[in-house]
Amino acid sequence: MDVLSGPVAGVFRAPDVDYHAFAPELVLVAVLVAVLVVDLVLEGRGRRLVGGLAGIGLLAAMVPVLTLAVDGANRSMVGGAYVVDDFALVFKGLFLIAGYVTMLLSSDYLADDDYYEGEYYFLLLSSVLGMMVMASSRDLISIFVALELLSIPAYMLAGWRKRDLKGNEATLKYYLLGVFATGVMLYGMSLIFGITGETVLTEIGSKLQGPGASLPLVSLGIVFVIVGFAFKISAVPFHSWAPDTYEGAPTPITAFLSVASKAGGFVALMQLVFIGFLGRDDVWQPMFWVLAALTMTVGNLIALRQTNIVRMLAYSSVAQAGYMLLPFAVAGDLAKGPGAAMGPMTTYLLIYAAMNLGAFALVLAVARKTRSGEIASYGGLFEYAPGLTVLMSIFVFALAGIPPLGGWYGKLVVFKTLLDANTPWAIVLGVIAAVNSVIALYYYASVAREMWMRPVPDGDTTPVRVPAGLTAALSLCAVATVVIGVYPQVVARFGDLAVFSLLP
Amino acid sequence: MSVDYSWYLFLGAALFTIGAYGLLIRRNPLVMFMCIELMLNAVNLTFVTFSRMLNDIGGQVVVFFVLVVAAAEVVVGLGILVSILRRRPSATVDDISALKG
Repeated sequence: MDVLSGPVAGVFRAPDVDYHAFAPELVLVAVLVAVLVVDLVLEGRGRRLVGGLAGIGLLAAMVPVLTLAVDGANRSMVGGAYVVDDFALVFKGLFLIAGYVTMLLSSDYLADDDYYEGEYYFLLLSSVLGMMVMASSRDLISIFVALELLSIPAYMLAGWRKRDLKGNEATLKYYLLGVFATGVMLYGMSLIFGITGETVLTEIGSKLQGPGASLPLVSLGIVFVIVGFAFKISAVPFHSWAPDTYEGAPTPITAFLSVASKAGGFVALMQLVFIGFLGRDDVWQPMFWVLAALTMTVGNLIALRQTNIVRMLAYSSVAQAGYMLLPFAVAGDLAKGPGAAMGPMTTYLLIYAAMNLGAFALVLAVARKTRSGEIASYGGLFEYAPGLTVLMSIFVFALAGIPPLGGWYGKLVVFKTLLDANTPWAIVLGVIAAVNSVIALYYYASVAREMWMRPVPDGDTTPVRVPAGLTAALSLCAVATVVIGVYPQVVARFGDLAVFSLLP
Repeated sequence: MSVDYSWYLFLGAALFTIGAYGLLIRRNPLVMFMCIELMLNAVNLTFVTFSRMLNDIGGQVVVFFVLVVAAAEVVVGLGILVSILRRRPSATVDDISALKG
C-alpha cells in the first residue's frame, strides 16, 4: 500500500517488477490465452490439440518454478504482498502437478463426452493460476483475489454437465456455500483491517502482538476468516457441499477439487494463521481443535455407510482434512514455535495429493467399463482387471495409513506433532485421531474386499480398456505413493523447506 | 453535523446479518443471490468506514476489488441459475435435492 498511501503529488513511477519471480504465473497466463484462441480458431475440431497444449503449458510453468527453486532467494514484491519463497514454490509445484494429472484424467473423459467445450481447459488453467497466486499471497487483498480466481472457474467446472440435474445441483450447492463463505471471510477481513489498519500479513502479525490485539472484534475477525476457509477445505460443520458436489461434478473435477482446491485452502490458512494471526493462538487454537475433532469423526462415521464410491471418497477426503488440521490445533504449544506445525501439514498435503488423485483416477478407469459409481460394481474386479485391483488396493490402503504405502508417513508426522506439543488437549486429540484411523480402515478395506473376494455382479468379465492418459496418471500417482511410503525423506525434505522460509 | 462512524459500522453489521440470515432461510435462489449481494455490500460499507476512520486509502482499494469480483461471481451464479431453470422452471432450492446421503 506504500505506493497508494504516499503523497499524490509527483511523477508516477512504475513499481519494479521482478519478472523471474512472476514467470510461472506469466507462462500460465500465456498458455491459457493460447488455449482459448486455439479452440476458438479450430472450433472444437482440435480436441486433442487443445488438451495437449494445456498439459504442456502446465509443465512449461514448472520450469520457472524449478529455476526459482535453484536460485533460492526469497523475493518479496509489491510491499510484501506477494512473496516467492520456498513455501510458495513447494505449493506451486504441487498445484502444477495436480493440475497436470487432472488434465491427463480429463482428456479422454472429455473427448468421449457430449459436453466437450474448449473452455474446460481454459477454466482449469485459470483455477490453477488462482492457486499459484494464492501460494505467494501475503496480503488480505491478494488472498481474496486468489481465492476468487481459484473458486469461480471451479464453480463452472463443477456444473460442467449442464443438462444433467445432478450436475446442476452440484454446482448450485458449491456456488451458494462458496459465496457465503467468501462473504463471511471478507467481513472478518474488514474487521481485522479496521483494528490493525493494515492489509499486509506481516504488518497485521506485528500489530496483533502489540496492545489492542485482545479486542473482541479482533477475535471475531479471526473466527470469521477461518470459518470462510473452513468451507474451502470442507471441514465439519462446513462440509455439507462436498459430498454432493463431488458426486455431481465430472470425476476429473472431483479429483481436482478434493486435492488442489483443498490444498489451496490450506495454503491460505497457513499463511493467515502463521503470519497474520500468530499472536492470537488463544483464538484459533481451540477453534481448530474443535474443527479437527469434528471433521475427522463425522467424516469417517458417515463414510462408513456410503454405497457410492465417489461419495465414500468425498467423506474420506473430509476426514483426511481433519488429520491435516491436527497440527493447527496444537501449534501454539510446540516448543519450536508455532511454525513447526507447518512441516507436517505440508508433508501430509503432498502425500494426500498423490494417493487421492490416484484413487479418483482409478474410479474413472473402472467407470469406463461398469458405468457405475456403486461400490458393489467393484465386485470381482481382480478377475478381469488385476492391475487396476492392485493399484486401487495401493491407494485405499495408503489412504488408510498402512505402511509401507505413502499415507503412513503423513499420519506419523502429524501424530508426532501432537506428541511434541504434549499438552492434555493434544493427547486427547491424538486419541480421537487414533480411533478415527481404525474406523477409517474399515471402509477402505471394504473396497478391497469387494474387489478381491466378491464375485462379478453382472458376470461381465471383458477387460477394462484404459486409455494412455489415464494410465500415465495412474502410474504417476502409484509410483509417488509407493516411493513416498518406502523413502519418506523425499516429502519430508519439502515439508522442512516449507517451514523455515516462512518463519521470521 | 456529522454522523458518528460507529453508526456506519452498526449498519454494516446489520446488513451483513440480514444477508446471512436471508441466505440461510430463503428458498428462492434469486433471493438468495440478493442476500449474497447484501452481505458483500455490508463488507464494502465496513471497509470504507474503517478506511475513513483510519485515514488510510487501503480500505477503499479493497472495495474496488470486492465490487469487481462480486460482479463476476454473480454472473457465474446467474448462469448456473439459468441452466437449472431451463430444466425445471420455478425450482426452489428445496426441489433441487437429487443428491443426498
